[in-house]
Amino acid sequence: MNEPVVLQPDETFVLNVGPQHPATHGVLRVKMTMDGEYIYDAETVIGYIHRMHEKMAENRTYTQYLPNLSRLDYLSAMAYCHGYVLAVEKAAAIEVPERAEYIRAITVEMNRISSHLVWFGAFVMDLGGFSPLMYAFDDREQILDLLEGVTGSRLTYCYFRFGGLYNDIDDDFITGTRQFLKRMRKALKMYRNLVTNNIILMTRLKEIGPISADMCQRYGATGPVARGSGINYDVRRNEAYSVYPEFDFDIPVFTEGDSYARYNVRMEEMEQSLRIIEQGLDKLPDGPVNPEKKIKIVKLPPGDYYTAVEAGRGSFGIRIVSDGDKSPYRLKLRSPTYSNMHLFDEACRGMLIADALAFMGSLDLVIPEMDR
Amino acid sequence: MIIETVRQQLQGLFPASPEAAPITGGLDAQEGQKVEKGGKEAPRVDGIIERNYVERGYHLDVQLAPDQLLAAVGILFDCGFFIETITGVDWIKDQQIEAVYDFSRYDFDLCRIVLRTRTPRSQPVLPTITGIYTGANWHERETHDFFGIVFQGHPHLIPLLLPEDADFHPLLKDFKA
Repeated sequence: MNEPVVLQPDETFVLNVGPQHPATHGVLRVKMTMDGEYIYDAETVIGYIHRMHEKMAENRTYTQYLPNLSRLDYLSAMAYCHGYVLAVEKAAAIEVPERAEYIRAITVEMNRISSHLVWFGAFVMDLGGFSPLMYAFDDREQILDLLEGVTGSRLTYCYFRFGGLYNDIDDDFITGTRQFLKRMRKALKMYRNLVTNNIILMTRLKEIGPISADMCQRYGATGPVARGSGINYDVRRNEAYSVYPEFDFDIPVFTEGDSYARYNVRMEEMEQSLRIIEQGLDKLPDGPVNPEKKIKIVKLPPGDYYTAVEAGRGSFGIRIVSDGDKSPYRLKLRSPTYSNMHLFDEACRGMLIADALAFMGSLDLVIPEMDR
Repeated sequence: MIIETVRQQLQGLFPASPEAAPITGGLDAQEGQKVEKGGKEAPRVDGIIERNYVERGYHLDVQLAPDQLLAAVGILFDCGFFIETITGVDWIKDQQIEAVYDFSRYDFDLCRIVLRTRTPRSQPVLPTITGIYTGANWHERETHDFFGIVFQGHPHLIPLLLPEDADFHPLLKDFKA
């Protein structure tokens, strides 16, 4: 099926995929040099929705920058806010109450599930199966409702504050989440029977878009892309931030390196996230969610600081260079999709165009996060 | 521990001052003074500084000259580090632009390394590392967009995130929209 193709570079034509193509899920453009149905070369063009979040950081205070973080990756915004508050708390030595950290972990994991559900639905739809999208969005709706109840927003959350949270969770959230856990476990079983073991899906994904571990290292790929290539790397485990060491969960790793492996990593990850949420609710300590002394103006000591967290798509890093002022001297956002997408150009050479679009879907792209 | 191996290998790049480098937290103390005196501190000497990971988020902080960059990056590649990101910082007071390279590891031998090198602000030129880490391509193009650093030998140094006809560098401190 996937025999190496001898390409004839003298008979090529250029095909523009995007920037308004539905399969790119956002304004992403790929200039493909085609040899018939096969891709001879590809060049990804990004930056169509670049907003210069890094410059924005330089002309506002640390607190004023909080809402920007959820505008990067609108599907797993919670993890990005988490990374930012952790970065500032680490540098400014702000203590966080334990209850707040537990609630942070619970909401981040719920957000991770909702993010993976969007990917799942959209990905299977790219491959031609429409119904799973409807089921996935129905399940995701439960999460959005629960998170809306505590955070006040459905996508662009600004729930975390330096040293704590915007507000405490209530009983409705806890009972609702427990109900959701039951529902989601049943749903995941159904997805496995209906989609994962589906022969059409398997033939579309197996051996398509293989990424080697060596390639991951050269491009700095992280998240499910790296874990689908046999690399056991998850920032939650490797750097053990927040309260993640308290939880018992597995890091799913698949060694095949193809699109089906990446698919399986994300499906397993949802189950592990459910485990984390359940343990979080069981262990949730009592107490305040904000420090006793209110934090008004945040200033970081001069120097530079790096913090990474595991976002929905991989390792999200923040580098803050401070000169002791109220706003950062320089703030760098390291977004995971940026590195993950970069390897597309090299990996898609010699692929059929239909396979390349399946491969692109398996990378789980969120364009605003890539363009920043 | 990989950190010792890497440190020894990187130390080989600084033969002139082997004893000056390994002072832990040396720069932190200097930085404290710098604020009080109002920026009259002498610039940092090239070398390796071991940082407190809990406080800073990385282990080794290496400052080097632009011509040592490729050798250092090659060492990190051979030791199995992956590239996190490349970025710049505009130090307009010193009339210099600093390029910052972040590296990390996939295995559980946690070690984050920062390489930094400085280039004059009037004519910022650095060698490309795309020959070692292919993924540096976009990071270098982005740094060229934002700071105007020219990465010599880069295969495709055209605007990435900025419009294709952009001739401005928005993250420079004297940039006015």
